[in-house]
Amino acid sequence: MSDGRESVRYRSFSRRTALLSAGTLGLFTLLTGRMFQLSVLQREQFAMLAEDNRINLQLIAPHRGRVYDRTGVELAKTTQNFRVLLVPEQAKDLRAVLAQLAQLIPLSPQRMERILRDALHSKAFNPVLVAEGLGWDDFAKVNINAPDLPGVETDVGELRSYPFGPWLSHVLGYVAGVTDKDIEKEPELLSLPGFRIGRSGVEKAADVALRGKPGAAQVEVNAHGRVIRELGRREGTAGQDVVLAIDMEVQKVAQEKLAGQSGSIVVMDVNTGEIISIVSAPGFDPNAFTGTVSPTIWKQLNTDEKKPLLNKAITGIYPPGSTYKPIVALAALASGAMSPRDRVHCSGARALGNHVFHCWKRGGHGSMDMHQAIKQSCDIYFYECARRTGIEAIAAMSRKFGLGQTYGLEIPGEKAGLMPDPDWKRRARNDGWRDGDTFNVGIGQGAVLTTPLQLCVMAARLANGGKAIIPHVIRSFGGVNRELAPLEDMGLDPAHVAIVHSGMDAVTNQGGTGARSRIDIEGFDMAGKTGTAQVRKLTAALRGRNSDSIPWKFRDHGLFVAFAPVKEPRYAISVVVEHGGGGSKAAAPIAKEVMTVVAQRDPARQKLFVPPGRETASVPSTKA
Amino acid sequence: MPLNDTYGPTGRERSLLGRLRGLNWTLVALITAVCCIGFALLYSVAGMSFDPWAERQIVRFGIGLVLMIAIALIDIRWWFQLAYPIYGISLALLVAVEFMGRKGGGAERWIDIGPLQLQPSELMKIALILALSRFLHGLLVDDVSRPTRLLAALLLIGVPAGLVLIQPNLGTAMILIVGGCGLIFLAGLSWKIILPVVALIAAAVPVGWEFALKDYQKQRVYTFLDPDSDPLGAGYNITQSKIALGSGGLFGKGFGEGTQSRLNFLPEKQTDFIFTVLGEEFGLFGLLILMGLYTAILWNGVQIALDTRSQFGRLVAMGVCLNFLLYILINTSMSMGLIPVVGIPLPLVSYGGTALLTVLFGFGLILSVQVHRAIDIPRSAAALI
Repeated sequence: MSDGRESVRYRSFSRRTALLSAGTLGLFTLLTGRMFQLSVLQREQFAMLAEDNRINLQLIAPHRGRVYDRTGVELAKTTQNFRVLLVPEQAKDLRAVLAQLAQLIPLSPQRMERILRDALHSKAFNPVLVAEGLGWDDFAKVNINAPDLPGVETDVGELRSYPFGPWLSHVLGYVAGVTDKDIEKEPELLSLPGFRIGRSGVEKAADVALRGKPGAAQVEVNAHGRVIRELGRREGTAGQDVVLAIDMEVQKVAQEKLAGQSGSIVVMDVNTGEIISIVSAPGFDPNAFTGTVSPTIWKQLNTDEKKPLLNKAITGIYPPGSTYKPIVALAALASGAMSPRDRVHCSGARALGNHVFHCWKRGGHGSMDMHQAIKQSCDIYFYECARRTGIEAIAAMSRKFGLGQTYGLEIPGEKAGLMPDPDWKRRARNDGWRDGDTFNVGIGQGAVLTTPLQLCVMAARLANGGKAIIPHVIRSFGGVNRELAPLEDMGLDPAHVAIVHSGMDAVTNQGGTGARSRIDIEGFDMAGKTGTAQVRKLTAALRGRNSDSIPWKFRDHGLFVAFAPVKEPRYAISVVVEHGGGGSKAAAPIAKEVMTVVAQRDPARQKLFVPPGRETASVPSTKA
Repeated sequence: MPLNDTYGPTGRERSLLGRLRGLNWTLVALITAVCCIGFALLYSVAGMSFDPWAERQIVRFGIGLVLMIAIALIDIRWWFQLAYPIYGISLALLVAVEFMGRKGGGAERWIDIGPLQLQPSELMKIALILALSRFLHGLLVDDVSRPTRLLAALLLIGVPAGLVLIQPNLGTAMILIVGGCGLIFLAGLSWKIILPVVALIAAAVPVGWEFALKDYQKQRVYTFLDPDSDPLGAGYNITQSKIALGSGGLFGKGFGEGTQSRLNFLPEKQTDFIFTVLGEEFGLFGLLILMGLYTAILWNGVQIALDTRSQFGRLVAMGVCLNFLLYILINTSMSMGLIPVVGIPLPLVSYGGTALLTVLFGFGLILSVQVHRAIDIPRSAAALI
């Protein structure tokens, strides 16, 4: 400060700072001017040019992921779909344009009404689907005439198809157009014309993964909506491919064996819970659902007494009948209520109070131990066995085996069935538990209700010695294997398991109730348990009549559960044939044939299939 | 000179609390406001989600704010003393980057120090301001134009700028050179030197075009001149940015409604092109608010510089302001298609940790200058030893 030269320096600095600030202000003014030019002036310019040019955004539908079986057989694929679309705001007179179109391609009056309705509901700039699945000739005709058809656009979309049709209907489900409710949830994706989403089965459960993400293209269009050029494009992400645990060869055979019947088959890998085959018969053709379902087909499917639309494997609930006896036996052993050598005399009937409980075999089995009782499926033995064990212990054991619950299977709609106990009876029926109830549970009747899936899980957990496998049908998403939670051990005594296994071995291999269904393959012998579930109390008039003479819907359900090989089991199966008569006659032979194919294919030892990659383009970018 | 003893006790005598109270909180508030605009935009471009950008940026800002205030409280003489060592270290790191740099965005710009990723070029922006200010602090107005001194000053700028240029990082090199030359200008370089040099540079541009620029840099200029020639390729960014800005109009499409950025037409929307997002969603109105805040910040910075007793303090304050200004000018001009695309973020708004911390560090220095404005540093202290 005392320094004069310092003062000179400060003045110089101040001057130059002022100069710089003035320069900055000038530059900022320039920038602001540019902002004004872009945001306000250029905008008006755009408005002036709007007659000829306009920039539009078009969403590009992503490729839907494919579905494969465990060996790589394509189960759900997408094929080219030649489509005609109409942009309402560009068409102006919709009716006139549709009338013109109708001269080129088949277009029913109903369809035209539907298109007009769609156009009314969607935003004016969103294209509405006019026709799809066109042949090349029709498609070409529209393209040639397009310049005279304002608002009409053509494109090549995707159509979902299911090469195996009814064989996999309940596993795969189907895709269908979106509803207004879907659009509310996800407006962006679903405003794609003709976009379809999973409606049932794996298509629904894995929908998000299969769908992928839509891309978008920015195009310059003229006043007629014709695309002049593309300014920018961002490809979508294709949906992930899904690999199922299903082995299509096994599935085919299982489906064939149930032809003409109503029932289900579930085959499972007992060590992983992978479902190798899951069939509900009769099926339906999912291909009929991807387009518009014709009312005739719909009515036919809905009125069929065999209920083809129902996935019986997971929603059908049946009394397990005698297939349940191994669980009762295990509960008895675990609780100490019975030793394997304890004998019960079967005279064919047993009185309880003023009610008489019968054995299925008139005249009785005579003296039975546990092994023989399982082999012969003696009811009297299991009445007594259940009585001694008590309902609580039986219910607890059943729950360990997965009865009365759902597993979160990827196919939606699982039913939990019912594992009754005194608590339940008080709540549901407002009544106390009686010994008679325990008797009924002892032979898998009464209030016990199970799904075929549960029966298979039960057999699988029994086969693997008490590892609580969780059933699932999806092996991998986008080539990445699903991670499975570590298996819980149910804490069964191996000695008890061995007793039950040997009893079930005897059923098929030592002249038991399933002897006719013995599998004669070295190292792949099957142990099983037959079951027959009464549909209704037979009236005196029907009792004793040949089952073929009883009306179909009153006949018993035939059930069979099994696993193979007996030593170190790898596969479990459950078969339910609705109104098929007894399990040994109706269900066990089917299990034999399906398991024979399983033995030949040995799906658990097949190499893992990894779906091939899919090409995707990316955004152009100049970022160096 | 406006400074006199009525300014009260010198910074050294003031307590920590006193210095904290004396801080220019208006400036701190302005900086925070700009950062908040950034958070909102990062939230919007992530599809109305804090993840992945806004959340991290807020945390970084928190750290940066504390750092800035801590720096502000450090005695300006400390920074004066540390100026050359910091410059030395930064230069060493820049050299190191040539040998163990990590690839990032196609150019070697990063260095890994344990878990930390450092951009020595960012550090150099601060270091150059400090070192150059200290050097110029020792020079009287007439000294600045003396060949030996001028050469030394130019070397201080040229060596790091050259190293950054070969990384190659054209944007940062430009900021170093222009910012550094700005300081020499403020220190009083004679017009007799300035005018001929400017004329010479104008003449040299065609030569530099031929030999100094890499192909991708040339490409940027070409596409800048005619973005429509290749709308899907190299001109893509510019075209998209202009469409977005233009479609914003007066008041924008609304928060989170920017289709250009939401549908990913806008590349690098969270970093280099965030200005465009602001324009698309909030229109001219939003852009003007941001520019107003920037102007207020710079105005405060210039006032601090003019209000400081030591030449070192003034130059540091102006150096930081110049840097800040250059960021703004380059980024906004690029977004509006006025200059070719250069990878320079919009300061305090763009996503990115290092850039944010550098800017906050710089403002920490300005605040330190402001808190210690009454402290005099003898001219002779600028000597190396």
